[in-house]
Amino acid sequence: MEKTIHFNLNGKPLRLTSAGERLLLWVLRSDLELTGTKYSCGEGFCGACIVLVNNKAVRSCQYPIKEVDGKEVITIEGLHKNGNLHPLQDAFIQHNALQCGFCTPGMILKAYTLLLNNPQPTYTEIVQAMEWNLCRCGTYNRIIQAIQTAARTMKRGRSR
Amino acid sequence: MREDEYMPIYSDNSISPVTLDRREFLKLFGGGIIIFISIGDSFALQEARRSRRGYPEDFNAYLRIGEDGRVSCFTGKIEMGQGIFTSLAQMLAEELDVPLNTVDMVMGDTALCPWDMGTFGSRSTKYFGPPLRKAAAEAKAVLILLAAEHLQIPPKQLIAKDGVIFDKNNTEKKVSYAQLTKGKTIEKHLKDKPPIKHYSKHTISGKPTDRLDSKQKVTGEAKYAGDIRLPGMLYARLLRPPVHGAKLKSVDISAARKIKDIQIIQDEDLIAVLHQCRDEAEKALGMIRAQFELPEKKVNNKTIFKHLIDSAPSEEIVTKAGDLEKGKNLATNTFEATYLNHYVAHATLENHTAVVKINGNKATVWASTQTPFRAQSEVAQVLGLSSKNVRVITPFVGGGFGGKTRNQQVIEAARLAKLTLKPVQVAWSRKEEFFYDTFRPAAVIKVLSGLNDSGQIVFWDYLNYFAGDRSSQPFYNIPNHRVLSRGGWGGRSEAHPFGVGAWRAPGSNTNVFAIESQIDIMAEAAEMSPLEFRLKNLKNERMKRVLKAAADKFGHSFLKAPSRRGYGIACTDYLGTYLATMAEVKVDEKKGKVKVNRVVCAQDQGEVINPEGTKMQIEGCITMGLGYVLTEEIHFNGGEILDENFDTYKIPRFSWLPKIETVLIDNPEMPPQGCGEPAITPMGGVIANAVYDATGARLFELPMTPGRIKEALKKRKALVSCHA
Repeated sequence: MEKTIHFNLNGKPLRLTSAGERLLLWVLRSDLELTGTKYSCGEGFCGACIVLVNNKAVRSCQYPIKEVDGKEVITIEGLHKNGNLHPLQDAFIQHNALQCGFCTPGMILKAYTLLLNNPQPTYTEIVQAMEWNLCRCGTYNRIIQAIQTAARTMKRGRSR
Repeated sequence: MREDEYMPIYSDNSISPVTLDRREFLKLFGGGIIIFISIGDSFALQEARRSRRGYPEDFNAYLRIGEDGRVSCFTGKIEMGQGIFTSLAQMLAEELDVPLNTVDMVMGDTALCPWDMGTFGSRSTKYFGPPLRKAAAEAKAVLILLAAEHLQIPPKQLIAKDGVIFDKNNTEKKVSYAQLTKGKTIEKHLKDKPPIKHYSKHTISGKPTDRLDSKQKVTGEAKYAGDIRLPGMLYARLLRPPVHGAKLKSVDISAARKIKDIQIIQDEDLIAVLHQCRDEAEKALGMIRAQFELPEKKVNNKTIFKHLIDSAPSEEIVTKAGDLEKGKNLATNTFEATYLNHYVAHATLENHTAVVKINGNKATVWASTQTPFRAQSEVAQVLGLSSKNVRVITPFVGGGFGGKTRNQQVIEAARLAKLTLKPVQVAWSRKEEFFYDTFRPAAVIKVLSGLNDSGQIVFWDYLNYFAGDRSSQPFYNIPNHRVLSRGGWGGRSEAHPFGVGAWRAPGSNTNVFAIESQIDIMAEAAEMSPLEFRLKNLKNERMKRVLKAAADKFGHSFLKAPSRRGYGIACTDYLGTYLATMAEVKVDEKKGKVKVNRVVCAQDQGEVINPEGTKMQIEGCITMGLGYVLTEEIHFNGGEILDENFDTYKIPRFSWLPKIETVLIDNPEMPPQGCGEPAITPMGGVIANAVYDATGARLFELPMTPGRIKEALKKRKALVSCHA
């Protein structure tokens, strides 16, 4: 069933007509050409396709487009504002917390929701929150450091 | 990569291949000593491209100085996370004397970069680094000659720094590289090639340097093959057999036809559905009804080892020294063991992807590949074009580990682009990844070794099945030894029910697991700690040095195993890079689960270009290595691959993470060896040895699943009660 869906995408209002069951991942990647959101496992195991819907991390490969109606969607392309990177993005750069970079958008957005709900997470809390985001290159240690650094930066009041 | 210039996403017309040869070139431009021409017209580059063996002599093939002063570095290597986007830029900037942030990497583009066999084997710095450095050194020397002419100052009085050449007696007299070249190729070469800099003069190379590709990767701007969007592009999904070796009997596409705008292709073995939305193509694929004739299921992951031994090719001698019989006579204690390794997947997060666009007799390809030049000839062949009319562009690759050296998905996209007359993207699903992956082969290793009374290894008789020669040569001082191999890690051996191939440090992981486990077994029998036993049986000073450096960092003394503390050691010589790894583990004997708490790795790779990059590679190797050691194993029944995703095929996660510490040995006198793979190779041995130290149970099979650990614990108890 074709359905008209209204939502905010990276801060801008958007209206599109689509079958409601289509998955958010493909609408973002092919229809809207926002390719920062990655396709990897396609079944919600890896987290490479994570985007924010009303500030919750959702796996867009499992998320029907009709569910975003009336909501706020943020993809990795929408995290930096006015040319300023988010403290998490800065911290990932500072710690070289990436190699191939394919899991990075999902990692950063998942960490964003963690810090939103728990601004000063412990090491264990970071591990628990990030557990189902996979990185094959083996950068977990640096991602944890980056999240800790971003948490400190944000505590000092810099949210962007 | 400045993609606007070198990676056009919507157009492939930015570079028109020119086929001037030297004679035509001279006719057009004359034969003066110094001539400048623009890059697309460079015969040197064309020649370089045509010569398919080795790297070109002409430095213009490696670099170009733009009018804006930015320097492009051309390499046929690709960036898949290993970090040469940064370290090759460091090498070029150092030798050319330009600021690092003015270097732009152009990688894996067959129209612009010098031919390259591919990116694998930790070879980029070792083999591409030297010609790149020589090219930059010669370019700089030529620029100084040009500056001498321009400034009317003798070359000896000139100094190059940060892309500017100036008079050392009067720094006001200067000219920049960009002013000299004006963005053109330099057609002057030196007969006597200038030497490259001594490492003691380095200010960029050898210094810890942050990744230069981070910003694109944290903002989502970095492009991978699947991110290429072309007008009219169709996403293809292909019909696949349920098991390897199945033959298509019948197919019914009528239901799939009902999907709006769907295009269906049937061409011999190739059945595909294509749509401008990938999810619609997926839906159509699900509506195809196909029947296959299934082959007999001859082997599974339980029976595979006997099957491999039975079907292995004849043996090859890897190395041999002394007299085995004499060694056996000298031995007072002999040890026989068999080590088993299961099939392991690459499981890169980026799936195999390719986009192919055909325009008349030319084709442009964007591919996730470790071998762009091989893809170029493969596409040329399948499309009936000449290679020079096929341009392969390699965007960032989302992990490779050897799994992207074959280009099946590229060939599929090329065939479909030809049949549909549209640009086509093929991006495999995760299930296809597990089905068509060229796995690290299952392998068997048999070792018979012996000690004399004073704890010296007097003979070593080693035979591997499907692990090849890499890292199989003993670096211990063993007077009588023989290493045999029956089957390598690659190729298309009939013995395996599906594809196998290079997997990060191919063969080595398997060989080192066996060697270093066997060493520990002997250490215990010799009543020595594993560290003392290794030092006693090593003559190689480089290996002793890494072992001592690792032990210093580790901080704990080693005792004869099992000490109940859970400490392990393993050493490797991986193609000239030496390393020693030490680990600390805890074993939950009830659950049969291992938790690795700490790993220390000391590595000597000769000269280090980027110490920070090296650390990242070592950390990545250790983390990834935990997978094949603890959980990763392909389950199969005949040609049917039972693992389809990360729910059953478990790769390392955040909670597995040990504390990782790295030590880089200072050895700049030695030319750079590799660093992308070595540190993954001792992981099997070091964890097996640590588990033994913790529990007294010896694991001979990887991965060490809870079931296998519990079984080994039971055998230990049986052994204990038997002795009692």
